[in-house]
Amino acid sequence: MAETSIQPPAASSTSGGTLRTIRAGLARRHARERRFRAYGIAAICAALSAVVILFGMILVKGVPAFTQATLRLEVFFDPEIIDVEPKPVQAAGQSTADFRREMLDWQRQVTLVNWNRIIEAALRRAAPDMEFDARQGLSIVETSERFVLRDRFVGDPDLLGKTIKLDLLASANADNWLKGNIDRSLPDAQQQLSAPARALADHLEETGLIRQAFAWHIFTNVDSRSAPASAGLAGAFVGSLYMMLVVLVLAVPLGVGSAIYLEEFAPKNRFTDLIEVNINNLAAVPSIVFGLLGAAVFINYFRLPLSAPIVGGLVLTLMTLPTIIIATRSSLRAVPPSLRQAALGLGASRMQTVFHHVLPVTYPGILTATIIGVAQALGETAPLLLIGMNAFVAAVPATPLDQSTALPVQIYLWQGNENRNFFEARTSAAIMVLLGLMIALNALAIFLRARLERRG
Amino acid sequence: MNIAIVTCLILVLIGFAYQVGWSRSRQLVPAGERLHSRPNYHGSLVAIWAAVPALLILGLWALFGDAASRAFIISQLPPEVANLSGPELSQAIARVRQIASGFGVVGEPVPHEVSAGQALRQFHLLAFALVIAAAAGTGALALYTARKRISARLRARNEVERFIRLLLIGCSVVAVLTTVGIVASLMAEALRFFSYVSPADFFFGTVWNPRFSSVGAGTGEYGLLPLLWGTLMVAAIAMLVSLPVGLMTAVYLTQYARPKIRDAVKPVIEVLAGIPTIVYGFFALVSVGPFLAALGDLLGLEIRATSALTAGIVMGIMIIPFISSLSDDIIRQVPRAMRDGSLGLGATLSETITRVVLPAALPGIVGAFLLAVSRAIGETMIVVLAAGNSPYLRLNPGEPVSTVTVTIVNQLTGDTDFASPQSLVAFALGLTLFLMTLILNVVALFIVRRYREQYE
Repeated sequence: MAETSIQPPAASSTSGGTLRTIRAGLARRHARERRFRAYGIAAICAALSAVVILFGMILVKGVPAFTQATLRLEVFFDPEIIDVEPKPVQAAGQSTADFRREMLDWQRQVTLVNWNRIIEAALRRAAPDMEFDARQGLSIVETSERFVLRDRFVGDPDLLGKTIKLDLLASANADNWLKGNIDRSLPDAQQQLSAPARALADHLEETGLIRQAFAWHIFTNVDSRSAPASAGLAGAFVGSLYMMLVVLVLAVPLGVGSAIYLEEFAPKNRFTDLIEVNINNLAAVPSIVFGLLGAAVFINYFRLPLSAPIVGGLVLTLMTLPTIIIATRSSLRAVPPSLRQAALGLGASRMQTVFHHVLPVTYPGILTATIIGVAQALGETAPLLLIGMNAFVAAVPATPLDQSTALPVQIYLWQGNENRNFFEARTSAAIMVLLGLMIALNALAIFLRARLERRG
Repeated sequence: MNIAIVTCLILVLIGFAYQVGWSRSRQLVPAGERLHSRPNYHGSLVAIWAAVPALLILGLWALFGDAASRAFIISQLPPEVANLSGPELSQAIARVRQIASGFGVVGEPVPHEVSAGQALRQFHLLAFALVIAAAAGTGALALYTARKRISARLRARNEVERFIRLLLIGCSVVAVLTTVGIVASLMAEALRFFSYVSPADFFFGTVWNPRFSSVGAGTGEYGLLPLLWGTLMVAAIAMLVSLPVGLMTAVYLTQYARPKIRDAVKPVIEVLAGIPTIVYGFFALVSVGPFLAALGDLLGLEIRATSALTAGIVMGIMIIPFISSLSDDIIRQVPRAMRDGSLGLGATLSETITRVVLPAALPGIVGAFLLAVSRAIGETMIVVLAAGNSPYLRLNPGEPVSTVTVTIVNQLTGDTDFASPQSLVAFALGLTLFLMTLILNVVALFIVRRYREQYE
């Protein structure tokens, strides 16, 4: 290489020796060039195929989980089984606490009703010629469905003695069996469902009483351990939503304010240098360290509640702050200095220049930075585990101070569930929801950016 | 205290103060005086003057109000109840509060509870009225003072701008406080840990066995080396995957690819950077792990489904876009003249890249490499799910390992007391992790900055 490039071509044409050397090496060099190019293409293919395989795997596993085996049964609210007093009414002068207690007593009575017998009777009516005992029959209906019946009754006590058509979820085992996730040829001892229950499930599917319905409950139910088929994302979703609200309310003003100060006002001195180095380093601190900070400071020192979205939001705010600061600064830096000079030249103060002229130009950049920061916070798991958000919470949090979990943490919890056969699909479905949200956020960023930039 | 009412009152105060300042300054204009600042600045200044003291008083009440009401209840209760402790006292206080709120309690309330409840209700009303009055009073006083200050020569704009500037500085200080908080909390808790276990045993111990206190006496062994070894092994595998792929991708996209292909491929690869790490962890656990185990069977190698190899490969995939976009930037900063000079002398493109462009970009690429290593070391969820959590010193990458981050999660999500060495060790590990990544980041940022300056 060295000797070939030192010689100019004109000179080498006269001295045949060098030319011959170059020609001799040419084929080898061109082969090397082709090989190098092929490496590059191979690298790109590897990276692209990683994307394709990852998304393909999630889709293949997750899509089936969005449909769920559902039974359509005619349920008779049998007065003989549902033998309870009438629903209490708050009497005049009765304190709310006393009324609540009476109501709870009544609900306890309702809960003690043997709802399973009602479901069993409905199953027997649906498949009169099948033979199964109570346990076998109930094993194909999810255990949470008796509470669905109870809640229907609590909501409307007039149902007593009436027959209504209800959609009830099939159990996780029945769902696995009907979807073919379990090897059907396995012997009885290795099957989750007994032989009569399997036959009943197959029979009901043939008669159309079990069908694969869209699993709305994934979005509307909270997590459940005893009834895996009814487990949903509602609690985790609301928990994540609260956290993102906290992040938006705190991280955006703090981040933008700090970026404006550092970029537009800060004098060049030791202190601002320190802040600058510090922010760059903070951006690269592993997220789990922020979790440790949250555990030590927010939980252990300030005694904020464990598992609360507000603490998660605070931790994620600190984590996304550097991202927003750095991105906002770079969009402030991209504003042409002529704009500032023009404003200053017309007599605007520095504050007026920044807030009236420079900042509006950077709105698209700040918006993108915000959405990227929120998307990053939305997918973060590790710090949340350390502040107790991996607790099992079976309720939708009413305020940011209530116990809750978050979408990525829910994914973590579900992937660890013992019922692997069922929860692998459910976890993939949850991942699809999370990725869908993130893609929607990013699409929104791109869309708004394009719109705002066109206008500006 | 009713948050909505208070917020409304504050907004009314601010609006009113603004209006007062604005109209007062307008009155000066017909008098033939020339205002230094425009009326809206006078309005803002009066609003700031009025709002700040009022908000201060409300903030103090929010901090100490609960303690005050608690102390009042205890003073109202008869001594035999007030001298109770712990949960019983809390319960007594809660009952009084329920009576005061009108919610009522279960069962017949005791006379002293009723009287305390009534007193508490009066106390709450009085306190609420007092705090509101105090806030409104100071607000009004400040408003009056500020209004009196208004004159044509008052530099209202400068004062408002100084206030905004203070707010902006406050925003930038948050980032510094975060770092201070991280260092202080990690140090404090790590020092508590080192009071149980000597630093020498921690940093140079080769056995990791933190017996949980419920198992028996003894604090267990806390050797860092097996965890550090696992961390480095996973990070090394990740770099072996991501460096060649990421670097070649960047080289191909900057040097060979047509702009159309570049614009299509780059965002797709960057999708990998936006995927939450929990998703990679699930991917590793469900797809890559079993695939590698099957591959190992085929080749006659013992590869476990959860192993350093699984976690490392998937982490490598995660880091590809990080390396490729950083190297992309760096390669593009190499002056075009260098590349053109080499091509003009007859070198092939691959020769130009490997002997001119890459050597010139080397410092920047080393910086990118170090940043990527620091990410790999701090990554948590992939290793939590896919590395197998087995803290032993092993050479074989096909065996499960444990890392520093996995152990932090394990130690802090168990059922141990926060003050036990089993929990505190997480902070010592966090400190180690923080220092490692800090050193890597500082060095990397220094190298990258030097490199940028070289070509600017």
